[in-house]
Amino acid sequence: MSNRILVLFAHPALEKSRVNRHLIHAVTEIPGVTFHDLYEEYPDFQIDVAREQELLLAHDLIVMQHPFYWYSGPALLKEWMDLVLEHGFAYGHEGKALRGKALMNAVTTGGPREAYDHEGYNRFTMRELLSPFDQTAYLCGMRYLAPFVVHRSLVIRDQDEAAPHAALWRKALKALSDGTIDLDAAAAAERLNDLLVDAGNAPLRGNDAEVLS
Amino acid sequence: MSGDFLFQAFVYLAAAVIAVPVAKRLGLGSVLGYLLAGAVIGPYVLGLVGGASGDVMHFAEFGVVMMLFLIGLELQPSLLWRLRLPILGMGSAQVLITAGVVGGVALLLGFPARPSIALGLVFAMSSTAIVLQSLQERGWLKLRGGQAGFSVLLFQDIAVIPMLALMPLLATGVVGGGTEAAHGSHSLLEGLSAWQQTLAVLAAGGAVIVGGRFLSRPVFRFIAGARLPEVFTAFALLLVVGISLLMSLVGLSPALGAFLAGVVLAESEYRHELEGDIEPFKGLLLGLFFLSVGASVDFPFIREHLGLIIAATLGIVTLKISVLLGIARVFQRRWSDAFLFALALSQVGEFAFVLLALATNLGVLTAEWSRGAVAVTALSMMTTPPLLMLLAKWPRRAAAEQNERPMDTIEPEVPGKVILAGFGRMGNIIGRFLQANGVPTTVLDTNTELVEGVRKVGLRAWYGDASRLDMLRAAGAEHAELLIITISDTAKIRAIGDMARKHFPHLKIMARSRKRVDAYELINAGFDHVYRETLGTSIDMGADALHMLGFRAYHARRAALAFRKHNEAAMRDLAKHWGSKNYFELLRAKIEEAENLVRGGASLKDQIDAAWDNESLRDEAAKGTLRR
Repeated sequence: MSNRILVLFAHPALEKSRVNRHLIHAVTEIPGVTFHDLYEEYPDFQIDVAREQELLLAHDLIVMQHPFYWYSGPALLKEWMDLVLEHGFAYGHEGKALRGKALMNAVTTGGPREAYDHEGYNRFTMRELLSPFDQTAYLCGMRYLAPFVVHRSLVIRDQDEAAPHAALWRKALKALSDGTIDLDAAAAAERLNDLLVDAGNAPLRGNDAEVLS
Repeated sequence: MSGDFLFQAFVYLAAAVIAVPVAKRLGLGSVLGYLLAGAVIGPYVLGLVGGASGDVMHFAEFGVVMMLFLIGLELQPSLLWRLRLPILGMGSAQVLITAGVVGGVALLLGFPARPSIALGLVFAMSSTAIVLQSLQERGWLKLRGGQAGFSVLLFQDIAVIPMLALMPLLATGVVGGGTEAAHGSHSLLEGLSAWQQTLAVLAAGGAVIVGGRFLSRPVFRFIAGARLPEVFTAFALLLVVGISLLMSLVGLSPALGAFLAGVVLAESEYRHELEGDIEPFKGLLLGLFFLSVGASVDFPFIREHLGLIIAATLGIVTLKISVLLGIARVFQRRWSDAFLFALALSQVGEFAFVLLALATNLGVLTAEWSRGAVAVTALSMMTTPPLLMLLAKWPRRAAAEQNERPMDTIEPEVPGKVILAGFGRMGNIIGRFLQANGVPTTVLDTNTELVEGVRKVGLRAWYGDASRLDMLRAAGAEHAELLIITISDTAKIRAIGDMARKHFPHLKIMARSRKRVDAYELINAGFDHVYRETLGTSIDMGADALHMLGFRAYHARRAALAFRKHNEAAMRDLAKHWGSKNYFELLRAKIEEAENLVRGGASLKDQIDAAWDNESLRDEAAKGTLRR
C-alpha cells in the first residue's frame, strides 16, 4: 500500500541553509509526497488553520522537517502546532481526525551524533529531546516514528558533502511512501537513518558512516 | 433703553463670571453660584437688577426647554421605553404621594381644603433645571439614582398639564381664564371641543415625530450644504423655538415638546452638530434662569416671617426627602441610589412659580400665602447644592458605582472610546477596522454625503467639524480615550490636536501626516503618534518586490519590518534637525545607514542577516571546541 506523505518544512532562513536546501530538493519530486514550505506560505505567521487541517486529513504520514533549534523546531512550527492541532480536531473527546496517522521529525543538528547521548554535552538522546513531539503524536492518537537526523550539519560545506544525506532522505521517504519499511521497527528505532543503513545499502552506509564518524 | 439693556446684560454676565467659578472652586456646583449671585444683584441686596426679573425669568425658562431638547438628543427611543416603569411608576407615586402628604399637613395646620390641595400640587414638583444641571455637572445622571430622578422629572413635566387644568376647578366659582396666565400666550384651542383639542395635541406630537423622522435629513443637508456655521446654528435655534411655539399653541409644555423632538433626532447624523450649537445657549439661559430665581428671593418678606419661612422650607424639604426615599426603596433601589434620588429631587421646582401665579390669579391662594410659597420655593432650591455636596463627601460611592455598572448610562449607546476625525481615504479604513474589532467609534466628518454613506454601513458617523471645541465635546471627548485625526490639512490637524490637548488632556492623540515634512511639524509640535499615510503601503510593496525577485518570503517580511523600524526612528531623530543647516547631511547619513553603510559596526542589512546566522558556530564546530 502506498502512504501519502506531508512534509511540513520549517526553516526561517533557508537562504543560509547548507543541508536542508539539498534535502528538500530530494523530496520535491517524489510522487505521493506533498512538500509544504511553512515560512514561505506564512511569512506573517497568519496560518490558515482550515487549510492546514485539510492537508493533514489528506495524508497518512506527517513529517516535520526543520533545523533542530534549541532542542526544538523554529518558532513558526510551534505556532503551527499551537493553532492547527486544535482541541476537538486533533485531540479531546471529539478530536479524532488524526487517529491512525503517523508523525515523525526530520532534523538537522549542528552537534555530532555522540553529543546526543547521556555522556555527551547535550546529555539526552535525540528521542528523549524529541519527546514533546512524541507525546503530541500520542495525544493525537498518531504513531510516532523515529526521527531522520543529519548531525554535524555545520561542517557540511557544499552540495557534494550534502548529497549522501539527501540520497538517504530520498530513500527513506520512498520506503515510507511505498510501505516497504516496517513501521514497528521505525517506531522503535533511535534514528530512522539506522534502519535504512542496516537494510543494506553499501554505498550509503559508507557515506553515512563517513559523515557521522 | 439700549443703555439700560447693556447695563443689565453687564450685571448678569459679571455676576455669573465672578460667582460661578468661585462656587465651583469651593465645590458648591455652578447652580448655587448662580443662585447666590442672583440674590446679591437682586432688588433686595444691591438692587442692580430690578422688578423686570419676572420677564427675565420667563425668557430664561427657555434654557430649560433647550436642556430637555439636549437630553432628548442623548436618549434613544429604546432607552426611553426601558425607562417606562420608573417614569410611570415612580413618577406618579412621587407626585401623588408628595401632593397628598403636603396637602394633608396643610389641612392639619388649619388651611382650608382647596388651598391645601393647591399647595400640595405646587410643592410636589421638583426643579428640572437644578436637578439635571447639578447631576450632569457631577456625572451622576448616569447612576441608577440619577436615572430614577430623571424619570420622575419627566413624569412631572407631563403632570403639570393636568395640574394647570385642575387649578381653575379648585377656584371657587371662577372657572377658565387661567391657562392664559399660565402660558403667557394664547392657546389656539380655546373654544374648541374636547375631542378637537385632543386631536390637535396628537397632530402636534405626530408632526414633531414625522417631521423629525422624514423631513429633517433633507433639510439639514440643504442647510449644512451652505457651509455657513452660523446658519446651521440659527436653524438649530429655530427648530427648538418652533417646536416650543407649536407645543404652546396646543397647550402642551414646550419642554416636553422639545424633549420629544430631541428623542426623534437622537439617531440623526446631525445630532452632535445640534448639540454643539444649542449647548452654549442652553448654558447661558439656564444660568440666567438661576440668576433670576436668586434675584426673586424677597428678603424683606422673609425677614418679616423668618421663623415661619425657614420652618416651612426645612419642613417641605424633609418631607419630600422622606417620601422620595420611601418610593426609591419600594422600587428596590439600593440605599446609595435612594439617597441620591431623594436629595436631588428634594427642592420645589420652577413649575411652582407658574402654578402659584395661576393659583393666586384664580383666588385659590391669597397673595400673602403665595409670596410665602414663592420664598419657600426659592429657598428650597438653594438647599439642594449643599445637600448634594454632602452626598459627594460620602466615601467615593458615586465614582465606584459608576465603574461598577457601565450598562446603566443614560446615554443611549456605549460612549465612543475613539473619536475619529475625518472619514476619507485613511479614516474609513481605520474606522472599519475598529468597527470590525468591536471598538465603539464616533466618526466626525464635514462631508454630508460621506457621512450619510457611512451611516448606511452601520457606523456611527456625524456631520461636524472636529476643529470646533463644542463638536469634540458633543462627540464625547470627555469620556473617549483616543482621538484619531485623519483629515488631510496639517494645519487643521495641529489646531484640533492642540485644542484637544488643552481641553481634554487625558485624550491620546493619533495624527495622520501626508508628507515627511508634515510629520516633522507634528512631531516637533509635541505629537507622539504621527502616521505617514504612504509608509505602510510602500514598504509592503517593497517587501513583495523582494519576494518576487526570489527572496524568501520571511526574509522579505523581516527586512520590511526592520526597514520600517529604522525609518520611524530616523524620522524622529531628523525631526529635531528639520530646518537646521546640517539637516540634509544627517538625512544622507540615515539613508546610508539604511543602505547598508556601517553605523556603529552594524548596518541595517547586517542586523537582518545576523538572524539565524551560524558562521561563528560553524567555525567552532570545525575546530571541535563546541562544548559546554
